[in-house]
Amino acid sequence: MGIISRGFSGRSREHNPDLPPGQFLTTDFPVLSAGPTPRIDTAEWAFTITDESGLMHKWSWDELMALPIEDIATDIHCVTRWSKFGTSWRGVSLDTLFAGIDTKYAYTMVYSYGGYTTNVPLADLLGGKAWVAFEFDGQPLDPEHGGPARLLVPHLYFWKSAKWVRGLEMRKSDDPGFWEQNGYNIYGDPWKEQRYS
Amino acid sequence: MATRGKSSGTRDAPIVSAVWKVGVVASTRTETPTGRSIQIDVPGWGGNLAGQHVDVRLTAPDGYQAVRSYSIATASPSDRLELAVDRVPDGEVSPYLVDDLLPGDELELRGPLGGWFVWRPEQTEPVQLIGGGSGIVPLMAMIRAHAASGSTARFHLLYSVRSAEDAFFTEELAALASASLTITWVYTRVAPAGWPTPAGRVNRQTLEASTIPASESPAVFVCGPTGFVEAVADTLVALGHTAASVKTERFGGK
Amino acid sequence: MSHIDGNALAGPLSEVFSIDITDAVGRCVSCGDEAELARAMVYLSGTDLVVRCSNCDDVLLTVVHSPGDLRLTLSGLAALRVAV
Repeated sequence: MGIISRGFSGRSREHNPDLPPGQFLTTDFPVLSAGPTPRIDTAEWAFTITDESGLMHKWSWDELMALPIEDIATDIHCVTRWSKFGTSWRGVSLDTLFAGIDTKYAYTMVYSYGGYTTNVPLADLLGGKAWVAFEFDGQPLDPEHGGPARLLVPHLYFWKSAKWVRGLEMRKSDDPGFWEQNGYNIYGDPWKEQRYS
Repeated sequence: MATRGKSSGTRDAPIVSAVWKVGVVASTRTETPTGRSIQIDVPGWGGNLAGQHVDVRLTAPDGYQAVRSYSIATASPSDRLELAVDRVPDGEVSPYLVDDLLPGDELELRGPLGGWFVWRPEQTEPVQLIGGGSGIVPLMAMIRAHAASGSTARFHLLYSVRSAEDAFFTEELAALASASLTITWVYTRVAPAGWPTPAGRVNRQTLEASTIPASESPAVFVCGPTGFVEAVADTLVALGHTAASVKTERFGGK
Repeated sequence: MSHIDGNALAGPLSEVFSIDITDAVGRCVSCGDEAELARAMVYLSGTDLVVRCSNCDDVLLTVVHSPGDLRLTLSGLAALRVAV
């Protein structure tokens, strides 16, 4: 450990029982990225679920907007230690998208415009736990925060909430996505502090 | 562990040390409304090349640590080095360094780091330096090394700042201006009273009119916020400079 | 904050390499471009880094810091050339 820097405290790290271990509370919304921000026109945007037979279920932006939309109020937790309470979003539940889909596979690989990937077990996408979100805080989701739409899976570390989401593929096994291949935990439960592999 | 000193190879490759050293703040000097320079004594420092940087590590009482990189404004062989820091809005480390740090405080540093964005006095070609805001810092080390070595290589600095009060090292730059160091000042928001050109950003015309042309094959160093550096570097290549001759250091930001 | 560049790798990678990595020339697995690592685009994710080829934007390497551990994934670098 380094020498203590007189008078330095860093960002506010108030202890709060509602915070997962090792997290601190922020009122900002930090932008972290693994690459350049893609610019996607909603006219070209599509979300695709590909099942194990190769069958693709596809929604255009307009088709997504025609589905039941939910208001979501939730806390979010980033592996880089910041947490944000009470964030508000609007999006379409993955339960709605999976309604007409038959699959025997238990895992998914999520894909984003720009090439980012992350793996999420199907059970963590269903049961009211995940959305394709396109509004944050009452405004259309900003490109630097993943707009036009991102995956929102707030019960896992936020790297799983893939920005610029464009679809997912059913997988037989829990294959690691981008960060998972580079050292992050394969699952990422903030309450068990599953940051790294 | 590797020892400091010239290598016997064909290039003076800087030896890297991953060790954190403790320096003591000797003095500070206000430079701008949001920035100051900090003079630090680091026993055993042994000097650094012009353009290198250090990592600064701060540790809170509960063990929380924050690390940031800062360019070194000096290139002296002594154990004293100078940093110059601009306060980033909502920053975590820069407000501490600009507002809280006091002479006598200890500071952990790792370095010197980086052997690419570097000017050595043995270089004889003309040098074009282009700095935006606090991007002047590594360029200042190069200017000081140029003066101290007696190099007669032609140096030209283009320094872009929001207004005159936002410039670092103003007096020293004016004092160092000479036959071999010329300076073009660009004010992007507020020009000084009586300034011949209205305030405005560096653009292709500025670079065409006020930098050493590609035909003279200068070594070019561009430093500042990412957006500034990329716009300038792209334009220089469009003006005929080879990509290999343009070295860049991005500070992040917009 | 937007991206920075490979000059920022000097500190983190000083814990792995004894030479200055920013001046080392890397070859991109995807496009074959050869450039000093200082010229690569570096994206910051907390203390973790994603380093991308300045020619084709594909990932050259990543650096993940965890307590007591530094994970360097070099999957996008076909080769590294350094002056010795």
